[in-house]
Amino acid sequence: MPEPLLSRTQKPLFRALAVLLALGLASVVLLATGARPFAAYAVIAQGALGSWGVASDVLVAWVPLLLVTSGLLLTFTVGLWNIGIEGQITFGAIFATWALRGFQAPVLGGSMAPGLAIALAILAGMAGGALWAMLVGALKTFGGVNEIFGGLGLNYVATALNLWLIFGPWKRPGVASMSGTVPFDRRLWLPTVSEQSRFAPTALVLGLASIAIVFVLIQGTYFGLRLKAVGRNPKAAYLLGIPTWQYSMVSFAICGLLAGLAGAVQVTAVYHRLIPSISSGYGYMGLMVAMLVNFSAAVAAPVAIFFAALNVGAIQLPITLKLDSSLAGVLQGTLVLFVLLAEGARSRIMKGRGGAR
Amino acid sequence: MSLDIVLLGLAGVLASAGPVLFAAIGEAISERAGVINLSMNGLILLAAMGGFAAALATGSVVLGFLAGAAIGGAVAAVVAFSSITLRQSQVAVGFVLTLLCRDLSYFLGSPIMGLPGPRISEAPLPLLDRIPILGTLFFRQDAMTYLSFLLVALAWIFINRTRPGLVLRGLGERPAAAYARGADVGRLRYLYTILGGALAGLAGPMYSLSIKAGWKGTISGLDGIGWIALAITIFGGWSPIKVALGAYLFAFLQWLGLVLQPSLPGVPSQVLQVAPFPLMILTLLFVNLGNAEWVATFLSRLPERPRRAMARLLRAMNAKPPAALGTPFEKD
Repeated sequence: MPEPLLSRTQKPLFRALAVLLALGLASVVLLATGARPFAAYAVIAQGALGSWGVASDVLVAWVPLLLVTSGLLLTFTVGLWNIGIEGQITFGAIFATWALRGFQAPVLGGSMAPGLAIALAILAGMAGGALWAMLVGALKTFGGVNEIFGGLGLNYVATALNLWLIFGPWKRPGVASMSGTVPFDRRLWLPTVSEQSRFAPTALVLGLASIAIVFVLIQGTYFGLRLKAVGRNPKAAYLLGIPTWQYSMVSFAICGLLAGLAGAVQVTAVYHRLIPSISSGYGYMGLMVAMLVNFSAAVAAPVAIFFAALNVGAIQLPITLKLDSSLAGVLQGTLVLFVLLAEGARSRIMKGRGGAR
Repeated sequence: MSLDIVLLGLAGVLASAGPVLFAAIGEAISERAGVINLSMNGLILLAAMGGFAAALATGSVVLGFLAGAAIGGAVAAVVAFSSITLRQSQVAVGFVLTLLCRDLSYFLGSPIMGLPGPRISEAPLPLLDRIPILGTLFFRQDAMTYLSFLLVALAWIFINRTRPGLVLRGLGERPAAAYARGADVGRLRYLYTILGGALAGLAGPMYSLSIKAGWKGTISGLDGIGWIALAITIFGGWSPIKVALGAYLFAFLQWLGLVLQPSLPGVPSQVLQVAPFPLMILTLLFVNLGNAEWVATFLSRLPERPRRAMARLLRAMNAKPPAALGTPFEKD
């Protein structure tokens, strides 16, 4: 039997070791390119925390990450890999843009309240995301197409549709461009803290609320308990009378709602238009966050803000050090990789003490 | 369109299927041994960048290809270590590696982005290249394309006609039985995962030193190829010949899209570019339909004759993964 004290200190110890190893590997990568690692880390920290401006950008990036991570915690709980989340964000953004385009005339004409238009556009975005997620679920349930491949394929389809809209039916008058569609009128923007800022407190409230709701849903409800049962052992859950595929479908739908919400927020609060890379990789980042927190909602929010800070801070790298900003992804990836490996090593060692090889 | 242009186009199809073939057969070998290497998409990008960088630094394309294979093998070794030794989820570590390798290739590759570099040239086989039609199609390719033809045959013979191939199939189907017959399951799984990764790693330099020569970062147009290769492995039912069929079909459809684009002005180019992906979903749908419960119910309601025909069709298309795919092996 492993000593309780040891097992309690073991987990944080291995976590710390993983972080150190990740930093070590990232530093080796930096040294290989001839850069000084600590200078690069300092630039990232400065770029994420140096001023109220950049710090509020971190909050702006935190919101979509919170939303997708909360959704993904549900799909992970039921044992599904919702890699299609990128496409679900994009679809949410497309639906929200479509709604706002329709509402622009009545709002400018004074026959519709701007707040109502924004709210409806956000709901449209959520519907779009849920639709795209349920398509992945339907392919899995009725067609046997693994959700990883179904979701991934639909990601590329969503990106193509987005590009087609931007360069086709929704193009700017005159010449279509990678800068996206024509920006919406200011009245259709989700209100921000100041004129120049892109930080919308409403969006942050939505993000924090979603993670709180998901936490309660998984930890404190019968629904969450059944989700966990399906995730642990679908066959046993089915035999116990839990409608297995319906639970998978519902978790896909909720995850899609939240991803669609993230897409709608990017349109109404951040870019005020549809742009080619509207999902900005937040979906894949959300998957990494969910893996890093070992699929537990309690610590997802702080880890998500750390990832958001890395992304925002790395924007300064090309400017000050002529390093590519993909360093943020390298840091995030090595971190998740080493945490996974450390967790494996820890359970391996624990088992070894138990007597097995 | 004259015959010569069509022949040249089809010869190009055979060449451009090459890297997909290497990746998909590499993955098939790994999965036959029971290990899913989901990192394919990032692995190919990193191998493409690393292979180009190595060839640029040394001036040798051979070293470029060796670097690509070494990178592929190294990434696969991480998958093997984490899944075989540490018993972590293969999907989780594979997915993380997909993203990590992609970002690593963009980060490390940014100094060499857009630089001109070496590339392999065509090597027409003497005499054989003068055979009408076949000469143009098969014998005026580059060395790697010849190797890709050879790989299909060698992989098929190895898996289906040799003793070690029999053991390999056992690793993925019934590892306990393979172990009982004296096979070191863990060590062999390591071997085949790394071998499969090295083969897939060759796909990278096949792009950056030949088909899409150079390294262009995010606009290299390689993002997505690895996922296609993974899907073709399933489509091909983990058999080298059917995998090759899938890879050639994919390359042919891509070429067809390019050829037809000018005559289809109504179809935007973005749609043709992503056409492989809905196609990927559709093929996976077809090969898996036979496993769905509602299909069985539906079939049982059909009259005798169409039911038999349908059932035979579904069986012919059906893809059954190795039984122990993705599961760790415990000796006790």
